[in-house]
Amino acid sequence: MAIVYEKSKALTDAEMHYCPGCTHGIIHKLVAETLVDLDVLGKSIGVAPVGCAVFAYDYFNCDMHEAAHGRAPAVATGIKHVLPDRTVFTYQGDGDLAAIGTAEIVHAAMRGEKITTIFVNNAVYGMTGGQMAPTTLVGQKTTTAPFGRSFEHYGAPIRMAELLATIDGAAYIERVTVTTPAHIAKAKRAIKKAFQIQDEGLGFTMVEVLSTCPTNWGMTPVEALSWLNETMIPAFPLSVFRDITKKEK
Amino acid sequence: MAGNVTFRQDRCKGCGLCVHVCPVKIIFLDETVTNRKGYHPATIVEMDRCIACANCARMCPDSIITVERL
Repeated sequence: MAIVYEKSKALTDAEMHYCPGCTHGIIHKLVAETLVDLDVLGKSIGVAPVGCAVFAYDYFNCDMHEAAHGRAPAVATGIKHVLPDRTVFTYQGDGDLAAIGTAEIVHAAMRGEKITTIFVNNAVYGMTGGQMAPTTLVGQKTTTAPFGRSFEHYGAPIRMAELLATIDGAAYIERVTVTTPAHIAKAKRAIKKAFQIQDEGLGFTMVEVLSTCPTNWGMTPVEALSWLNETMIPAFPLSVFRDITKKEK
Repeated sequence: MAGNVTFRQDRCKGCGLCVHVCPVKIIFLDETVTNRKGYHPATIVEMDRCIACANCARMCPDSIITVERL
């Protein structure tokens, strides 16, 4: 009997604390599988955020560092400068990366830090109970926008992938999702490419992954997948926004 | 092509994503069982219909599914 699929050895045996059907777990697997595929697990250092993924340091089977809220790119910068031969990644949510940590991520990209950021965007503050985030869609109901986000009062969602793609220091920026097995395969290719570009020393890399939050969206896990596909993807289009390896060819 | 799927049922959160992506629709949440977390875990009875595609395992957020090809 041949094993077709089993839990990656880059994940610890710890039970994940995520809510049922939350796609954080799928994104963790893709990062873990990539570290094994590229044979960099032993030299990888991850930086965990504040937010739902705060316990990510318990789940990855490599060296991990916890950062203050939003400061993962700054911590990763320090690690990469001291240990330039290591593979360094940050794993951040939208509250961490697109709200309190916007300055850190923009400046890490501007400096062209040779790190990989996995940006998990679920359009809501998950851990604190579903408040409106900078990524919340116009009209989307949250606990702090019970009638839906109003453009007039709160503006429209920030598109971090597009924003960071305008920065010269960024080498690879792509937005993917994990709502179907086909999207999962595509997301894995994107994550793998980002890590490869980091190891080639070409610059800052980020993969934004659209993720579900069934609990705070008030949906079943399967309904959340369709809501993401139908409502979130039109606002956050899936695409490669920057890839300097293509220009060189 | 036949497959064999094993679930670590004590860790299942009953989210049903595996049920949703199974192309042959053989996975279901077993309502006769409640695991230590309080969920009805995913299970398969008609294992002979499994095609070993591993969609369920790739989709499982908690990595509790192992798929073998027979």
